[in-house]
Amino acid sequence: MFQSYLPMILEGLRVTLSVASVSLAIACVIGLIGASAKVYGGMAARLSATVYTTTVRALPDLLVMLVVFYGGQILLNSISDKYGWGYLDVDPYIAGVSTIGFVFGAYLTETFRGAILSVPAGQIEAGFAYGLSRFQVAFYILLPQMIRHAVPGLTNTWLVMLKATALVSIIGLDDMVHRAGLASAATREPFTFYALIGLIYLAVTTFSVLLFGALEKVSSRGVRSGGAA
Amino acid sequence: MIDWEIVAENLPAFAGGLVNTLILLATVIVSGFTISVPLALVRSTRSSYVSRAVWLFTYVIRGTPLLVQLFIIYYGMAQFEFVRSSALWPLFRSPWFCAWLALTINTVAYTTEIFAGAIRTTAPGEIEAARSIGLSRAAVLRYVIWPSAWRRALPQYGNEVVMMMHATALASTVTIVEVMRVARDVYTNYLVLTESFGVAAAIYLCLTIGLTALFRRLEKHFLRHLSRSEAPNAKVQPAERLNPKVA
Repeated sequence: MFQSYLPMILEGLRVTLSVASVSLAIACVIGLIGASAKVYGGMAARLSATVYTTTVRALPDLLVMLVVFYGGQILLNSISDKYGWGYLDVDPYIAGVSTIGFVFGAYLTETFRGAILSVPAGQIEAGFAYGLSRFQVAFYILLPQMIRHAVPGLTNTWLVMLKATALVSIIGLDDMVHRAGLASAATREPFTFYALIGLIYLAVTTFSVLLFGALEKVSSRGVRSGGAA
Repeated sequence: MIDWEIVAENLPAFAGGLVNTLILLATVIVSGFTISVPLALVRSTRSSYVSRAVWLFTYVIRGTPLLVQLFIIYYGMAQFEFVRSSALWPLFRSPWFCAWLALTINTVAYTTEIFAGAIRTTAPGEIEAARSIGLSRAAVLRYVIWPSAWRRALPQYGNEVVMMMHATALASTVTIVEVMRVARDVYTNYLVLTESFGVAAAIYLCLTIGLTALFRRLEKHFLRHLSRSEAPNAKVQPAERLNPKVA
């Protein structure tokens, strides 16, 4: 009985991992934009970035998710009414990844802001002095050096985000939690399946910690540690 | 834009939801704090089996989603005949008990690590000094280690409490009518966004601001000896210094 549901749960794991990694990519892009707005932006950009990070971090993830999900539906309906497309459904996958990306983009904005500020200003000035363009300075000087400072915050965000993907089951996405619910209902063994996915989450978390530990080592190569003294 | 009639009509429901959110949060924070302090003491001792057991507990809880923990308790426990036939069954059938238990277990894991981290970073010299003037182990713990660890842990602990406030929204998935559930019900009944989730967002925003302000005051109170502007005026009596009020 248990074995027959295992492939279905593992298929849910694929959905969970896909939601988590696409959300992470979106959150990184938003985070980089938000951090540049906060560090280099004008008054308006700084203000909107601050409003974004403050509000999102002050609200429960579930609330933001439902607002994006239902709000997106309302928006989509009004657009399709205007152009006469008929009824369109918000895809829960797109709603899920965009919300989680949007929520954790706020956390990464703060992470990246700190990372940008920890790169010495002289490095940037030296880049410009060599005649590099703004893009080249950002890409070859700022980014490689800020990653080292961003990795701990990034690791933390990834771990929290991985667990936050469980919420997408509430808006009807067919992830691991949703499938565990289906399997529980069919077999009347809810403990078995929820405990199973709990263990799977734990395994993924453990693996991620090891992976990010390695990334931290790679990104800090060439940096002398103060511990030896 | 905003239909104030709908807002006014559902205001009592939101008020009821707010009360339930606050009750859940308060009970979870009180039980979580009470359990975390002794666990953190155990966890911060070096290399004992008990310490490792506590680490395993916090690791498992911190590595799994709260929603799954809640479902294991609320839906999962019914799977076992011995639970259903035991005296505890009425408890596990109650969504309130299950939500309280799941949130408490979750916050205990995080809070224990926060407190244990703060205890471990106590300056060894402070403990040696306290021991050398003849304080007992218990007295060192009570008057030297805990007060300074509590101060170091306070900012992070404040974050954890705000996180827990947000986590109470998950109780809406097990039929508890707190703010989130009210918002979802209002949305289903009227299909309006601002008057349902907008109101809930305003409530959560106020709660976040309130809790943040509360913890800023607590930090001001407990860390006043470190603030540069107030330090010269703060005349702390020796008796007070030995008996700091801890939460």
